[in-house]
Amino acid sequence: MPLTNKHLLTVCFITVSALMATTSPALAGKISRTGSSAKVSPRGQMLALSCSGCHGPDGKSAGIIPSIYGKSTEYLETALREFKSGVRASTVMGRHAKGYSDEDIHLIAEYFGALGKKTR
Amino acid sequence: MRGTITRREFSKVLISGIAGTALGVFGGAGRAFGASRQVVVVGGGFGGATTAKYLKKLDPSISVTLVEPKAAYVTCPFSNWVLGGLKTMSEITVTYSHLSAGYGITVIAESAKSIDALASTVTLGSGRVLHYDRLVVSPGIDFKWGAVEGYSRSIAESMMPHAYQAGTQTELLRKQLLDMKDGGTVLICPPANPFRCPPGPYERASLIAHYLKERKPRSKIIILDAKEKFSKQALFSKGWAALYPGMIEWRGSTAGGKVLRVDPVAMSVMTEPGEVRADVINVIPPQRAGQIAVDAGLADAGGWCPVNPLSFESTIHPGIHVIGDACYAGPMPKSGFVASSQGKVAAAAIVRLLRGQDPVPPSLVNTCYSLIGPGYGISVAGVYRLSSEGIAEVPGSGGLTPIDADAEFLEQEAMFARAWYRNIVADIWG
Ligand SMILES: Cc1cc2nc3c(=O)[nH]c(=O)nc-3n(C[C@H](O)[C@H](O)[C@H](O)COP(=O)(O)OP(=O)(O)OC[C@H]3O[C@@H](n4cnc5c(N)ncnc54)[C@H](O)[C@@H]3O)c2cc1C
Repeated sequence: MPLTNKHLLTVCFITVSALMATTSPALAGKISRTGSSAKVSPRGQMLALSCSGCHGPDGKSAGIIPSIYGKSTEYLETALREFKSGVRASTVMGRHAKGYSDEDIHLIAEYFGALGKKTR
Repeated sequence: MRGTITRREFSKVLISGIAGTALGVFGGAGRAFGASRQVVVVGGGFGGATTAKYLKKLDPSISVTLVEPKAAYVTCPFSNWVLGGLKTMSEITVTYSHLSAGYGITVIAESAKSIDALASTVTLGSGRVLHYDRLVVSPGIDFKWGAVEGYSRSIAESMMPHAYQAGTQTELLRKQLLDMKDGGTVLICPPANPFRCPPGPYERASLIAHYLKERKPRSKIIILDAKEKFSKQALFSKGWAALYPGMIEWRGSTAGGKVLRVDPVAMSVMTEPGEVRADVINVIPPQRAGQIAVDAGLADAGGWCPVNPLSFESTIHPGIHVIGDACYAGPMPKSGFVASSQGKVAAAAIVRLLRGQDPVPPSLVNTCYSLIGPGYGISVAGVYRLSSEGIAEVPGSGGLTPIDADAEFLEQEAMFARAWYRNIVADIWG
């Protein structure tokens, strides 16, 4: 792990595979997880953990709530910014998106963008 | 300062000690680097099951044991839908098979009987002792029996169900509604704040009204409230006027709502203006943290458990994290969504603490849908961060369904409520 105790409050970047939610730990050994080039920050992971409460595990939604999983970073970042500004109409997403800075939005979008790429 | 904080401000929070001396970043380092990494979770509800699952998702090498006596857990969310005839009990029941088979979590179908914070052990009902490096306690609520004169556990189980822990209580209240004659009166008696699911009693009134309107239209619902106002009040009042005109009457505490005592033999409730008789009486008593948290000394005099909002680690007993309804979490309501959000934050913090790293500042969230009728939903949302005063809502975010929302908006919210339930259940127990 490239993280050290010394960097107590530093946002360190570590590989997606080390931090990200996997679909099933039982399969973890079979999925090639090292050598992934995408990076996420622990902060991005923390922010992204909130999404699955409505959008389903790893952003895979079973019903009419849109899936986040598999969407690109660019798509998600644009969508979240538009929810936040109100350009994109919503029932509840606007109320949520207003809780995140543009940097937060970027980190969330990056997290799910990388997650979709990793196991697709 | 409320809302988001910069990293520098966050260090100040740490140093000033507002984030708690039991932080575990420094003090807990001793328990961090051992070869053994055992986490025990007490309670397999919204908070505990989420923590157990996310510990495994974030770091499969941690051994996770979930202690939960129920083989099948009935969710409180959507139990009001069962009362209204919109869902069946089996549709709101989950099991732990996927957490054990799919995630390698050791699920023990027993109650935790006691916790020894000094020895870092949990003793189960059978006498078996589990050692932990970190413990998560998510026991939900227990009731303050004795707070309502005339009411007791045995009265709740026979005559006047609370139906505020889902399962047989839900079935009893549903049966009483089915047995009631047309033209009957239903009383709902919600407690003062804080309590589990602030909009719960009012969603309940709505969905019971839905059932009565279809089957027993001459009946009436009276809410005898210990409060002067309630969650989503304007939205509920508007919905009741639109869907159930004249059927639901709400009495605030100073307008005759305050319950002085209940009489299960006469099937009546005494209020300041006088006795109110009814056919079905749903008493929701005042609440506190689940018994095991109280017994373990994790709760304060107010009955709930103080925690460090960075990691949900107890400020009383280091190494024990308390999440969900049982803890104090500033402005966050006691909801299943919140318990699950806190469970993820606690899991992420524990993974880092076990590696000797500091937790990442939390990002917390809530979305609570309430159904007023099958095609009429409303919601409250909140996004929360750590501020120098503890957990705080991010200014400008969250809030309620707009009061002027049109029929299409309200119908969409009802549809999203159904979709939300399916996804959160999959996120936690799937
Ligand atoms: C009518 C109603 C409607 C609701 N609707 C919603 C909703 O729509 N959305 C929403 O987000 N929330 C809703 N809620 C709130 C939600 O149910 C709670 O906030 C949530 O269950 C809290 O999660 P928890 O983990 O703290 O406790 P719980 O989910 O109650 O889980 C606690 C678990 O701990 C176990 N336990 C207790 N003691 C021990 C012990 N000693 N050893 C082992 N296990 C133990 C219990 O068996 C239980 O399974 C509703 C609540 C009610 C009553």
